Amino acid sequence: MSGPLLVAKGVTKRFGGFVALGGVDLSVGAGERVGLIGPNGSGKSTLVNCIAGTVRGGGSIEFDGHDLAPLPPHRRIRLGIARSFQIPRPFASMTVLDNLRIPLLYAARAHPLLQRSRGRETEEALSILRQVGLEAKAGRLSRELTQVDMRKLELARAIASHPKLLVADEALAGLSASEVDEILAILLEMKGRGVAVILIEHMMRAVLQFSERIAVLVVGRKIADGPAETVLRDPAVERAYLGQ
Amino acid sequence: MSGPLFANALVSGLLLAGFYAAVSVGISIAFGMLDVVNIAHPAFIILGSYAASIANASMGADPIVTAVALSPAFFALGLLLYRFYHATFERRGREPLRGLAFFFGILFVTEVALILAFGVDYRSVTARYIGTTWRLGTVDLPLRLFVPFVVSVAMTLSLQVFLSRTFFGRAVLAVGQDQLALQLMGVDPVRIKQIAFGISIATAGVAGALLVIIQPVQPSLGREYIGLVFAIPVLGGMGSIAGTLAGAAILGVATSFTATFFGPSWAPAVSFGILLFALAFRPSGLFGR
Amino acid sequence: MKTSSFTAIALCTALLVAGTTSALVTNDYFFSASYTVLQFVVLATAWNILGGFTGYVNFGSAAFFALGAYSSIVLDKLFEAPITLSILSGTAVAALVGLGMGYLTLRLRGVFFAIATLAFAEVLFTFVVNWDYVGGARGAYVVLQGRPPLGFRSFVQFLFAIMALMAAGAVAIARFVQTSTLGLGLAAIRDDEVAAECSGVPTLRLKLVSTTVSGGLMGMAGATFPYFLSYVEPHGVFSLSYAVNSIAMPLIGGMYDWAGPVLGALLLGGLQQVLQVNVSADWNLFLVGALLVVFVTIAPHGIMGWTFRRGRRARPT
Repeated sequence: MSGPLLVAKGVTKRFGGFVALGGVDLSVGAGERVGLIGPNGSGKSTLVNCIAGTVRGGGSIEFDGHDLAPLPPHRRIRLGIARSFQIPRPFASMTVLDNLRIPLLYAARAHPLLQRSRGRETEEALSILRQVGLEAKAGRLSRELTQVDMRKLELARAIASHPKLLVADEALAGLSASEVDEILAILLEMKGRGVAVILIEHMMRAVLQFSERIAVLVVGRKIADGPAETVLRDPAVERAYLGQ
Repeated sequence: MSGPLFANALVSGLLLAGFYAAVSVGISIAFGMLDVVNIAHPAFIILGSYAASIANASMGADPIVTAVALSPAFFALGLLLYRFYHATFERRGREPLRGLAFFFGILFVTEVALILAFGVDYRSVTARYIGTTWRLGTVDLPLRLFVPFVVSVAMTLSLQVFLSRTFFGRAVLAVGQDQLALQLMGVDPVRIKQIAFGISIATAGVAGALLVIIQPVQPSLGREYIGLVFAIPVLGGMGSIAGTLAGAAILGVATSFTATFFGPSWAPAVSFGILLFALAFRPSGLFGR
Repeated sequence: MKTSSFTAIALCTALLVAGTTSALVTNDYFFSASYTVLQFVVLATAWNILGGFTGYVNFGSAAFFALGAYSSIVLDKLFEAPITLSILSGTAVAALVGLGMGYLTLRLRGVFFAIATLAFAEVLFTFVVNWDYVGGARGAYVVLQGRPPLGFRSFVQFLFAIMALMAAGAVAIARFVQTSTLGLGLAAIRDDEVAAECSGVPTLRLKLVSTTVSGGLMGMAGATFPYFLSYVEPHGVFSLSYAVNSIAMPLIGGMYDWAGPVLGALLLGGLQQVLQVNVSADWNLFLVGALLVVFVTIAPHGIMGWTFRRGRRARPT
């Protein structure tokens, strides 16, 4: 494929008088593992929302050669962008299995409503659940899951939409060390399938373990972008973190 | 279009606007600031009307006196209702439409209860000023519109002062935006919301007493006011008292002109039509948040 | 069970019930009461497609019901249209209006949508009251001429049979929606619209389908109403009792399943028919409103929520 998968240029977003993003550039290549870090309120989630389309901002975002501006979120998802939510948002009235059938049917299929699917997606759903370790709970109601399992379900849903780019928004927050390792393993696996991942995290050990490249956002602007060693030694980055 | 007719329609519209502000300021608080969709607000207005009418019929009490005397009772009613609503619906999380269905049920039950208790006949009040009309040049100033106008504006402005100058008032403004900050200051957001909702229902009671001065009421009249009660905050911007006044002015004048030039049977459609229009094109209002 | 089998069974059951009762029961009051209860089955089922399945509360059921009724009146005045044509046109008009209204309001939060439906009902009511062609506030007469068709003894029996078929059809449609991919998408919208959108669900499009189908079926229920009553006037057709009942019945029966509105309509509708004889219409309405408040407070998943632990039957895969 020619050129990077995602090209975001000059992305801006204001909420009233507050500038959440003041012109951010970010490129992600196919299969790349990018860590996105920054203090709270630096605009990381806003950037995710702009890419996913749940928030309208300024600037231009191109994905896989398509201009995203006129596309509503569900179209962007179908193009191959997947995002997990910081606070898990499962479909509470449904089973874990049904939670996965939705992206499998709607994001991954060409014409979801015109097909008589009748259960083929169930096998794939179970296979994905196996990968994240939730297969045994496939029949449980999603609202009965533990926090960790809900995080896994979030990721499973994102995987089920057959993405080319997966944005994991603070998927590791509040997890124990072994739980972090479980989730990281799933994410690291994505490269093997050619899926690029943007990992938004505060936990530095996870970011270092995971990322090929790190971008740093502070107060709505990107102040550094490059290989981990370079970025972490950047004086501007040190100031941003030590100054907190 | 004749000059005096136009002028009178305009003046009536502005007088009505003041009253409309009183009617809807409660929703501006409940929905705009507390995110409680109290679609039963008009039911409390009608309850206020009936209270004023009964006091007037049995004791000859002036409706405004009744309104003021009963506002603590309406306030208490609001407190209790919010307590119940919060415990039953808000705590459980994401099912806001249950609360909506609940209030719709309350609206309906109140209307039917009034029908069962008092029948469907119109009720009104008598007071010295109701039949009187002042004249300013070519313009009529019927006191049955003017007196409610004065009381409404007084009530709305005092609410504005309360919200912007007192501690409780500013806490109410804050509770819609940043509960956490309030908690950190040692203020219980639920208590603040209770008080705000109590005020909301108290304004409904007063508005009801003013309503029965302006026109005779019957139990199903509440439903006609639903459009108005939501149209004004939506037009003017939720949670903004200045916006409420602006929205009320637009609606009052529009209704008055429609009634004068197209006939009174079209008037109810005005508020609902404007609401639909505002929802379709500007759901955050003119002074949007 | 496949949709086609279910539909066939439902329609045959309706025909069977209509046929046997018409042959055995001579009391026209039975058919009149049963017509009303079945009408509520259609209304509740229709409402629930948008309400329980999709999570958008419609307070303006009466408006769609009235659209069906008044389109029949217009057709009758124009050229005394046959009943089948009236039913088709009533359904079509209501469906189109549902689509249009959805397009204007479904981008709003659910709460604003609900208020908009109420506003819409009032605006429509005002238009109808001022529209002289259909009688305005004075009302309109629609009288069925000649002998009841197909050998029925009375027009009420005939209308009952039609309503039975419509109820079967509405239920089959609701079941199809619930168990199809569309239904899964609607449930996702109901549970979390943003998450649904971010899972690839075209939320606006599906919501529009939902309002169109829901509105159309409510119009279908109203299309035969003028023939049933012979005289129709706006206050009766736009009565708030339609709004309250179409919310209370699915709520009481269970909103997540097609069977819930049927259960609620049969129970609550039947109860009202019984009470109506003994108690005033207003006490009747008071009861419905009170049950709505009670159920929404303590049993929001309705009767089916108590009996099935998950409140929803497992979908066939």
